[in-house]
Amino acid sequence: MKFFFTITLFCYFIGMIKYFFYLALRKALLFIIATVSITIGFVFHTGLLITRSMETGHGPYITTFEYYAFFSWAIVLVYLIAEIRYKIKDLGSFVIPIAFISLAYAFFISRYPSTTGEPMVQFWLTIHRTLSFIGYAALALTFGAGIMYIIQEKQLKSKHPGAFYYRLPSLEILDDINKKAVDIGFPLITCGFISGIIWVWQRDGYFSLDIKRTILMIITWSIYGTLFFGRIIAGWRGKRAARFVVYGFIIVIVAYMVHIY
Amino acid sequence: MLLVVSCWLSVIGFNMNIIVLGVNHKTASLDIREKLAFTEKHIEESLDILHNFNVIKERVILSTCNRVEIYASVNNIEDGIKGLKDFIYKYHEIAYGNLEDCFYTYFSEDAVEHLFKVSSSLDSMVVGEPQILGQVKDAYTLAKEHRAIGMILNQLFEKAFYVAKKVRSETRIAENAVSISYVAVELAKKIFGELEAKTVMIIGAGEMAELAARHLLSNGSKSILVSNRTFDRAVELARDFKGSAIRFESIEDELLRTDIVISSTGAPHFIIKKNMIERVIHQRRNRPMFFIDIAFPRDVEPAINEIENVYLYNIDDLQNVVTANIKERERESQKATEIIRKEVGQFLNWLDGLEITPTITALREKAEAIRLEELEEALSKLGTVSDKERLIIDNLSSAIVNKLLHAPTMNLKKQIESTDGHWYIKVVRNLFNLD
Repeated sequence: MKFFFTITLFCYFIGMIKYFFYLALRKALLFIIATVSITIGFVFHTGLLITRSMETGHGPYITTFEYYAFFSWAIVLVYLIAEIRYKIKDLGSFVIPIAFISLAYAFFISRYPSTTGEPMVQFWLTIHRTLSFIGYAALALTFGAGIMYIIQEKQLKSKHPGAFYYRLPSLEILDDINKKAVDIGFPLITCGFISGIIWVWQRDGYFSLDIKRTILMIITWSIYGTLFFGRIIAGWRGKRAARFVVYGFIIVIVAYMVHIY
Repeated sequence: MLLVVSCWLSVIGFNMNIIVLGVNHKTASLDIREKLAFTEKHIEESLDILHNFNVIKERVILSTCNRVEIYASVNNIEDGIKGLKDFIYKYHEIAYGNLEDCFYTYFSEDAVEHLFKVSSSLDSMVVGEPQILGQVKDAYTLAKEHRAIGMILNQLFEKAFYVAKKVRSETRIAENAVSISYVAVELAKKIFGELEAKTVMIIGAGEMAELAARHLLSNGSKSILVSNRTFDRAVELARDFKGSAIRFESIEDELLRTDIVISSTGAPHFIIKKNMIERVIHQRRNRPMFFIDIAFPRDVEPAINEIENVYLYNIDDLQNVVTANIKERERESQKATEIIRKEVGQFLNWLDGLEITPTITALREKAEAIRLEELEEALSKLGTVSDKERLIIDNLSSAIVNKLLHAPTMNLKKQIESTDGHWYIKVVRNLFNLD
């Protein structure tokens, strides 16, 4: 497992650096190297999660280490899909660092498998964690695209185009990524919450709520829910939506860190 | 034997060089460039005149509104440049020496680099402008039709076209717009992504507004609305654009379905006000709007730029973007220069490898070696021969070799003036095993 871990981390590091260089120098070769590194890293990352699951006998979503490793994997998955779909070459510079930091963080925390012997109702637990992680990863993507939107909007409003004006894509595309990612991410985390409740219910045999988890859930759900319905009902879009996803993601991450410790 | 070979070389005596003499927008004022410009007919005539210059082997004349240049391959650089200058003074009837400050001359490596830069549009007034490559191609074609081009300039120009293409595809030198009306399109694309299905409204009329509208249409905009104080004028213009005319009073209503507004009326006050757009954008559910105000005094209240999802650019703002884009192109031109340097190196390698002179030398040396070998053998078989007989046999063998090689050497020499000379060299080197 360590072997997979090291290779994955190394590939993501190379990919991230090359994306930064691509952003600065715009040489096509750098982008190709970066994307190939990330793809190779992703394959090893998948291998890492599989071997981990085989060793522990459960999916990679029980310990903190597994949380971070799985979250990182989901971000890269979502990024690769967005890259194929939108072909925005500078997206990597804004999204891959989140995946890299998450995985690098996992590197420094205990890798011991869970010893709490949490009673597992495997089906609902798997559904709950998988949907939540992919949902959060979609929201991480909106964080990257949201930052890009805010920068590009500022360039256009200021009327003095700088380096980013030339590098970043159109506002329309960035807003579209945000919209689609929230359209997918919000229902996913909603389903994740529901399946989480079902899991706890089945595990304990009665309906109960963990106060810390519930607060985290309410925060996340209300931020993205407001945006999700704000888009539909009030036609929110553009900068307002971009600010929402950027600040929203920061709040969720902070709340999540508080929840763990 | 050595004597024979060296005599031969002095007869062939070529050592080809590429030179260029010219003036451009940086070195000469417009009226001088006008004086020096060549029409197509002048070029044809001049190519023929230059044919009679002994020192000039090949020639291409490039004449555009920003530059007049003569490229030539010569066997003596100084004489070549002097010849070209003499020709220009004489041809345009200018007193000798009057243009010395305007002329620039390059030779060898610098001349090659210069042509590559010119055709890649690095030397243009607006870096990256696309016309120059076509103009260089035309000059080359014209010279080729007049058989003014041989192997060296042919290869040089072919390479220049290749380099220009490479620069265009590997750098962003031509990517950003450098005219106001194209900048408007570029900004619209940065806001809306695709312009398909976007509606454009023109308020008022004016050359620049119409030009911008045409660019937007050719970039995919779907429909155009035209408004004017006098409705008849609007109808007229709308017919021109295959759009529809709208009444001046109904602008606000029509803004609901408009994405891009180009305004250029002569009105003394704002036609589009902030509170109006606040209403409109709310009704549009925040779908973005882009206002281009080219009127003077302005038509659009500047404060609308503060509304979210609304972007307003006036003529100064557009000019700012043009300036920034030109700077961006210049940054890209550094990348292009790197590419060009590499290609210049490759071309010079090719030129060195041409080896017409070395090929002829090698051919003669080989023949001479065979002759001497066979001569020795024949003489040793004959036994004792007198000096006179020995001389006769020696001369006989020399004569045969020389006569036999005369035609191939002369033809080979001639090939330097043909566009596919390097193939001849290859064939000769293969046939006689010279490598």
